[in-house]
Amino acid sequence: MVPLSYYLMLGGFLFACGVVGFLIKRNIITIFMSIELMLNGVNLSFVAFAAHWHALAGQIFVFFVMVVAAAEAAVGLAIIIAVYRTRETLNVDQVNLLKL
Amino acid sequence: MSIHLILFLAFGAVCVAGAVNLLAQSHPINSALSLIAVMAALAGEYLLLGAEFLAAVQVIVYAGAIMVLFVFTIMLLNAGEEERTKGSRVAVLFGIPGILLGSVLVGWVILRHSGTEAVAAGALPGDPRTIGQLLFHEFLLPFEITSVLILIAIMGAVVLASKPPTSPAGGEVRQVD
Repeated sequence: MVPLSYYLMLGGFLFACGVVGFLIKRNIITIFMSIELMLNGVNLSFVAFAAHWHALAGQIFVFFVMVVAAAEAAVGLAIIIAVYRTRETLNVDQVNLLKL
Repeated sequence: MSIHLILFLAFGAVCVAGAVNLLAQSHPINSALSLIAVMAALAGEYLLLGAEFLAAVQVIVYAGAIMVLFVFTIMLLNAGEEERTKGSRVAVLFGIPGILLGSVLVGWVILRHSGTEAVAAGALPGDPRTIGQLLFHEFLLPFEITSVLILIAIMGAVVLASKPPTSPAGGEVRQVD
């Protein structure tokens, strides 16, 4: 038997790691992976709450989060490729102008 | 100490180690591999919570499809070591204390208010049959809208990642200063 708070703490830790990575990382791909980490932390909380409240809808929500994550990854990585094509860098500090 | 708690702690340790390693590594491919470890361990946590189908989908979609996309992009762009810049030092100075404070606050609230009621293993049936019935009856409209979202994402990815249009002279329209 595992208390609900343990699952929430783990989910919160994963989310916090994602936020830290989002802030301190300078590689645009790693920043993107930090976002995925945040989504995973939230998913764990969803599943834990679904089991706790006996509401299966929480698990359905995780599916929708996964779908949004997949769509976001596809479009985001395409944007990264487009940015790399024009800037030839993956460092976000060097992508600071809208104009070339 | 029940076997359930031991498994939770084992998977949780892998999760924590992977998440910290993602931050510590400077090469994106190492970060991607540690993220795959986090997602696989999370699938184990889902199994403990009785979400069998979700655990399988987590491995197939997240650790499989999405991370393969990431690794492909890293390889395609030949991403190298990350360069540290002055901007990241400011983020470290203010970001990490802020996040630590925030997570301590969140942890305190969770421990204070969520109670210590245990989540039983397999308390909630998350098998494909139940999930499918719920998904195709109660959540049919969101499911259909999701398919439109995926279609838009596919088209967006194709448009964004396709080659830039070439100028009439034949050369690429591309200016790098």
